[in-house]
Amino acid sequence: MIALIPLSAVVLKSTDRGWDSFWNAVSSPQAWAALRLTLIASVVVVIVNAIVGTVIAWVLVRDEFRGKSVMNSIIDLPFALPTIVAGLTLLALYGPRGPFGLDVAYTRFAVVLALLFVTLPFVVRAVQPVLLELDQEVEQAAESLGASKWVTFRRIILPALYPAIIAGSGLAFARAVGEFGSLVLITGNLPFKTEAASVFIFSQVESDNVTGAAAVSVVLLLIAFVVLLGFGWLSRKVVRDEG
Amino acid sequence: MKGRLGLRFVAIGYLAALLAFPVGLVFYRAFEHGVDAFWEAMTTPDAQHAFWLTVEMVAIAVPLNTAFGVLCALVLVRQNFRGKALLNAAVDLPFAVSPVVIGLALILIYGRDGWIGDWLIENGIRVIFSTPGMILATIFVSLPFVVREVVPVLREIGTEQEQAAETLGASPLQTFFRITLPAIRWGVAYGVVLTTARALGEFGAVSIVSGKLSGQTETLTLLVENRFQRFDLAGAYAASVVLAILALLTLLSMNLLRPKEGR
Amino acid sequence: MGIVVENVGKKYGDFVALDDVSLNVRDGSLTALLGPSGGGKSTLLRVIAGLEEPDTGTVVIDGEDATGVPARKRGVGFVFQHYAPFKHMTVRDNVAFGLKIRKREKAEIDERVRELLELVHLEGFAHRYPSQLSGGQRQRMALARALAVKPKVLLLDEPFGALDATVRKELRAWLRRLHDEMNVTTVFVTHDQEEAMEVAEQIVVLNHGAIEQVGAPQDLYDRPANDFVMHFIGPVAPLGKRWLRPHDLDILLEPEPGASEATVQHVLHLGFEVRVEVKVEGGEETWVQTTRDRARELELADGQQVWLRPAHDPVLEPEAAA
Repeated sequence: MIALIPLSAVVLKSTDRGWDSFWNAVSSPQAWAALRLTLIASVVVVIVNAIVGTVIAWVLVRDEFRGKSVMNSIIDLPFALPTIVAGLTLLALYGPRGPFGLDVAYTRFAVVLALLFVTLPFVVRAVQPVLLELDQEVEQAAESLGASKWVTFRRIILPALYPAIIAGSGLAFARAVGEFGSLVLITGNLPFKTEAASVFIFSQVESDNVTGAAAVSVVLLLIAFVVLLGFGWLSRKVVRDEG
Repeated sequence: MKGRLGLRFVAIGYLAALLAFPVGLVFYRAFEHGVDAFWEAMTTPDAQHAFWLTVEMVAIAVPLNTAFGVLCALVLVRQNFRGKALLNAAVDLPFAVSPVVIGLALILIYGRDGWIGDWLIENGIRVIFSTPGMILATIFVSLPFVVREVVPVLREIGTEQEQAAETLGASPLQTFFRITLPAIRWGVAYGVVLTTARALGEFGAVSIVSGKLSGQTETLTLLVENRFQRFDLAGAYAASVVLAILALLTLLSMNLLRPKEGR
Repeated sequence: MGIVVENVGKKYGDFVALDDVSLNVRDGSLTALLGPSGGGKSTLLRVIAGLEEPDTGTVVIDGEDATGVPARKRGVGFVFQHYAPFKHMTVRDNVAFGLKIRKREKAEIDERVRELLELVHLEGFAHRYPSQLSGGQRQRMALARALAVKPKVLLLDEPFGALDATVRKELRAWLRRLHDEMNVTTVFVTHDQEEAMEVAEQIVVLNHGAIEQVGAPQDLYDRPANDFVMHFIGPVAPLGKRWLRPHDLDILLEPEPGASEATVQHVLHLGFEVRVEVKVEGGEETWVQTTRDRARELELADGQQVWLRPAHDPVLEPEAAA
């Protein structure tokens, strides 16, 4: 109840002046630009995460080197670090005063960078346990049958990891769509350029346009639910198809 | 062998560029003018107030969420009722919903023109732009952690130990405190650590209901933003480092607790 | 006094776990609930303990109506199949649990726990945790824990099920001796007829939620009430329209009135016991259990012509069994 009542308030508020005002709020150029940026950035981030996250998980499970346990524990840092600190942290290195002269602050790339930071652990932590459980004998069997390393990976390992990769990606996507704190400092929140949907909602609340904020919130909620349900369905379907 | 080294390089490089270097640099920036400058930045009245407000919020939100989380997990695992699937999904909601939306939802309920906001204000209770609202926001965003950690542990231990205690004469309350709670203690501890980390670090939801009144409704995370906006970079870095140290302590306790889960 | 179960029924959805079961367990006796899995024996034990509520019927323990009384107030000791050790407590604290709940004096608890650990031969293990014990030791700890509160009845669910063969044999004998010493009414569940015969004074055979027969081990073996008990309680050899125990068949080398002609298919030497597989005239296959000496005397060999004769009247006519 604690969770459901407030959210239903948001849904009701978004339509309290009729569907037209809901639609107007969502389709206003600024809102639309914010939603589009959030969606595109989230898709990019999920793709990068799915690939790099799987690589990191593989290295953590199958590779052996000094400092691996440290690496394993700092994976969770984005979960533990406050998002506002994450934003400031990235700004320190990739901002105007950065030591390497890499300045991406106030660009769309900054949005992607911040979202990459906060969503890093999802795919890694979803894939890692599955990889640990995976029977290495199956891989060795494939290799003994003449499969190359790459074929073994693509035909044997990867299919087993798909459900985990998809599940982790779904969580990362939901997180990316709603992310706020890490974006505030590094993106500059320039309307039409670097203003993400959550930041747009925030500015609407500050300028007392609560109905407009609620309308965009509902769209975000819908996206999050569709994505979580969709990715859940997809990961179950993959498992089924494997038999 | 070459492929393996390549992948290792990619993984380490990615983590270094995204995590290690930036965080390290913040520490460097915070202390580049010496420990004294850092100390000064963290002992201003604003900083002290923000620190204690953060502590207060954690001190209220964490015990409440722990009690609720254990209760909720018990209900989810040990009872069967209609709407259980709904409760299960609702518990996870705060994970799927943007913190800004959570903040907005609280304003719509407790704020001016809100469902019960006007009534509260007439009776002299201020929730939004005040500490109660920020505590509510914190409770909301950190709600699922204890439940999510305790549910699998409860499933794992089963009901036999509880039944054994019952046949030995223990009342339901005695069974809970002497058998169930000790059996799930590591799961609870892990959940508490995660809840604490989230409660300390929440920004979006707290920010939207706080009204950002410096020295009144400013937590540590809000202090970081405020100082940054006022071009007090050194001050922002100092506050960030305090939060980052707390985050590292969280990681440390997670690592200490994790191996014991298996026992 | 003991335990009196009357007309107990229990359903899980459409599945009938117990169907109008009535049973008398004599005070101080040692009783086995025997049957195939899913036969209702564990459910009956849990109903007696108060861990399951029956849909119908009553349970009387030691003269007091216990129906509806919660497990914690029934004064029963229960040993779970997997022992349900309190993993976060030492052996000592496990055994002391029931006494602490009853708020006994510390000195009294210490004394009683020491006594019990001695009884179950775990004196040196008081400060170990359950994870540091072997299966048999955990089993004995669970028993001590159940006995600590001086229960009116002791109930054990598949007490030897999770142990390996050697430990199981040892514990059976030990449980019987323990019962003789303590003299507490004891009921245990098992699916192993040999175990039931070896340990119990009285066996209750349960199948499909109903009692098939109650009696002493020897009664069940020699005078099974029906087809099911006959097959469940021991080996069966068919001969014509009769069912016999395989050692109740005599092998003869010469024909005799009433004896059936048969051919030896195979002779299996199992040490003291020799198993002779035969094909009776007409094609029926059966077997005879005999001793090594007897087999030697007859000089049995594969393909040999013999005659079979029942040693005494058949145990059960198949037609008679419903």
